[in-house]
Amino acid sequence: MIAPAELTGDRRRTELGLMLLVGGVTASGYVLAGLGRSASLPADLVPFLLAVLGLLGGAHLATRRLAPLADSLLLPLCGLLNGIGYVFVARLRPDLAGFQALWTAVGVTAFVATLVAVRRARDLERYRYVFACAGLGLLLMPLIPVIGQTINGARLWLRLGPVSFQPGEIAKIALCVFFASYLVDKRELLSAGTRRVGGAWIPEARHAAPLVVAWSTSLVIMFFERDLGSSLLFFALFITLLWIATARAVYLGIGAAMFGLGSFLAWNVFDHVQRRVEIWLDPWPAAQDAGYQIVQGLFAFAAGGITGTNLSQGSPQRIPAVATDFTFAAIGEELGLLGTVAVLMTFLLIVGSGLRIALRAEAPFEKLLATGLTAIVGIQSFIILGGVTRLVPLTGITLPFVSYGGSSLLANYILLALLLRISDDQSARSVEAGR
Amino acid sequence: MNREIRGLGIVMVVLFSALFLQLNNLQVLSAKRLNEHPSNTRSVIRDFSRPRGSIQTSDGVLIAESVPSDDELKLQRRYPEPALFAHITGHFSFTFGNDGVERTYNDLLAGYDSGPLRLDRLDDLLLERSQAQDLTLTISRDLQLAASDALGNRKGGVVALDPRTGAVLAMTSFPSYDPNLLASHDLASVRVAWEALNADADRPLRARAYRDRYFPGSSFKIVTAAAALTSGMTPDQPVFPTRRELALPQASAPLRNFGGATCGGNLTDALRVSCNTVFGQIGLDLGGPALKAAADSFGFNQPPPIDLPFPTASFFPEAGAFARDRPALAKSAIGQQDVAATPLQMALVAAGVANGGVVMRPHLLGEVRNSRAELVARFEPRPWKQAVSGDVARSLTEMMVTVVERGSGTRARIPGVTVAGKTGTAQTGLDRSHVWFVAFAPAEAPRVAVAVMLENLPNTDEVTGGALAAPIAKTVIERALAGPNL
Repeated sequence: MIAPAELTGDRRRTELGLMLLVGGVTASGYVLAGLGRSASLPADLVPFLLAVLGLLGGAHLATRRLAPLADSLLLPLCGLLNGIGYVFVARLRPDLAGFQALWTAVGVTAFVATLVAVRRARDLERYRYVFACAGLGLLLMPLIPVIGQTINGARLWLRLGPVSFQPGEIAKIALCVFFASYLVDKRELLSAGTRRVGGAWIPEARHAAPLVVAWSTSLVIMFFERDLGSSLLFFALFITLLWIATARAVYLGIGAAMFGLGSFLAWNVFDHVQRRVEIWLDPWPAAQDAGYQIVQGLFAFAAGGITGTNLSQGSPQRIPAVATDFTFAAIGEELGLLGTVAVLMTFLLIVGSGLRIALRAEAPFEKLLATGLTAIVGIQSFIILGGVTRLVPLTGITLPFVSYGGSSLLANYILLALLLRISDDQSARSVEAGR
Repeated sequence: MNREIRGLGIVMVVLFSALFLQLNNLQVLSAKRLNEHPSNTRSVIRDFSRPRGSIQTSDGVLIAESVPSDDELKLQRRYPEPALFAHITGHFSFTFGNDGVERTYNDLLAGYDSGPLRLDRLDDLLLERSQAQDLTLTISRDLQLAASDALGNRKGGVVALDPRTGAVLAMTSFPSYDPNLLASHDLASVRVAWEALNADADRPLRARAYRDRYFPGSSFKIVTAAAALTSGMTPDQPVFPTRRELALPQASAPLRNFGGATCGGNLTDALRVSCNTVFGQIGLDLGGPALKAAADSFGFNQPPPIDLPFPTASFFPEAGAFARDRPALAKSAIGQQDVAATPLQMALVAAGVANGGVVMRPHLLGEVRNSRAELVARFEPRPWKQAVSGDVARSLTEMMVTVVERGSGTRARIPGVTVAGKTGTAQTGLDRSHVWFVAFAPAEAPRVAVAVMLENLPNTDEVTGGALAAPIAKTVIERALAGPNL
């Protein structure tokens, strides 16, 4: 059995090495983007490097102190995405570069704060209704007049002075915590049906009620805020957690049926859903108007080819919302297939690491929470990557850690901290058990 | 639970594999199709917003340049002498693509083709320096203006070449257009201009000088004479009978001389007065294969290798086409029936004779310079065709000199300069003709070869190549010989 000190040193050394690599990649990307733009070294290179290295180093020191036994891959992987994302935001929207740096600082601060505040993951279980209410409350906030804001047809934003914020990003974590804890508590009841409807046993309504209420309310809210991407994410997340908690595949079937029904209703009720699907099936007739964004995205991927045009040498600015929803198309154009596959692999490694934490966790709540948090990153990145590449209909949602946006970075760093906390708990327990 | 978590892992791997495949599809398999998609303006925007080299004439006059603009494209292409050089520079249009030198040398102008990267240019990677190259053409603004003024408002084209190198010294077509209208960034106004130009019955977008072909008429007799000399005839022998008309086989109408004249004699006499009956007879005697071979050896039936987009190939029928149509052989020998030539091709015929039988590759590019004005490349003249032997070329020259001295082309005479030429008046129907003059000078050591063509003039006694086209050729030759001896 490995001694805890040895394990700590080993994991954190790996993490440090990887973090240095991430710092190097980010800094060289930044330099190349600057050279490509003006053929001179970026004037703000030194402060930038110090800021990036400082933030990455800060996050690393925090795991050293606060979660010494946690997984060593996750932080560098997320840091890499954050770094590449920053390089692209700075390249695509230099006016937003300062903000993105600020959001990164906010995100890392939240990461540290979460590790400080949540000393044991299982503590969260007790506050499940607080999380449920907080999640729903956050989702509802944009609907409040005055502070709520509609951007691009979706009412997802809060405007407080100069800062806009998307509370839904945080809400998804809060609701994930609630789902995980509630499902763990009631999974026996939910998996053993008591009443027979049609060919299947279904659980009693009172056990399922809070769950269904929280879930359907959030779906309805998101739907009326016209946030299709988040609705889809929530739906998939909930069905996944239900299936994993109860080990009953029938929930997948029910989920699929509900998805079909929901899609059908959405198609008939909301013309914007219809338009999205039509553009997905054939964007070319609308290449100059409704399909412009997706078509320009496809052109960007094609322009990049295998090796890309190199940083700042492409013209991804032609794509609307390239710094938020379509960052991946800009990566495709300037870094080519090599760059897009690297990003893809990074997300897959994050999902792999997250699920490994879930597998190793002992407490069912931690298992389910880790699965849920990982699923959020995996499903969300698939929804937007698939949408941008026209694999699935496009629904606006941010690419975790990469896209521009404060709420997105903040939420994802909190999510990362929770995963590391679960990982640290589990390693600490196995070390104790081995002693 | 672990089984389901692993299941989720597998699902995620499957989903990401689908993404991986789709990325390969977009960035590799379908990339070419997407890049060339009609609504993809990326490459155009890229071309438009990067520095682009200028184009200038051999006498240093700027005819295309990029000046800063305050819109998203940053640079506006400008043509300071629009109508005079429209068919040379072509246009650089956002919506309707490029034409002319702007198209042929796009890669040089845009700096995509910057030549081999030398070690001493590694600093270019770090310093902001445009890779765009400036082009100097062989066209002289002075001569271009002279040719254009001489042509005036008559539809047609004038081409002047240096027969020793193939360098195009002047090439003008009337009517012309203003490429600035098509290079504008106001896309709506570009569309209006484009539609108006295309609707214009006079077809100003057509570069008549190298893209339109016409019956060459008697100017083609140079080629027939070349075939005759190559087959063993000499300028003096044989002597053909003096006739008013040539009876054609297969009960077709007889071939008449121009203006109902009576003529005959040896090859020199026949060429001097442009005797149809003699050349018709020569055509019948030599046969299809010999005439076709002579035409091909001057470059007929293939696009000339000029550095302009889509040059039109001139046409002479397949030898087999005459097997059942013998009268066509006589008519083709005098440049009628199905024979069709561009003014450029007829200038190449003159240039081939002038250059001792060797047709040089026609070209407009003189020099390429980088943004530091250093010479990057110079166009190296290369032969294109061995049209005739040196002896045949000498005989043809002597015969063509008599055309100008005391034949149908006397209006091209220049005091103190021996001019060799050939007239052409090709009937296009009942009452209209294309008139030609093809010439080079000085006959002893030719420095310029010219073809002049005026299209579709109403027939009168004065509408002949000798009367209308020869004076234009004379003006151009005089001007060219007065210029620097390149």
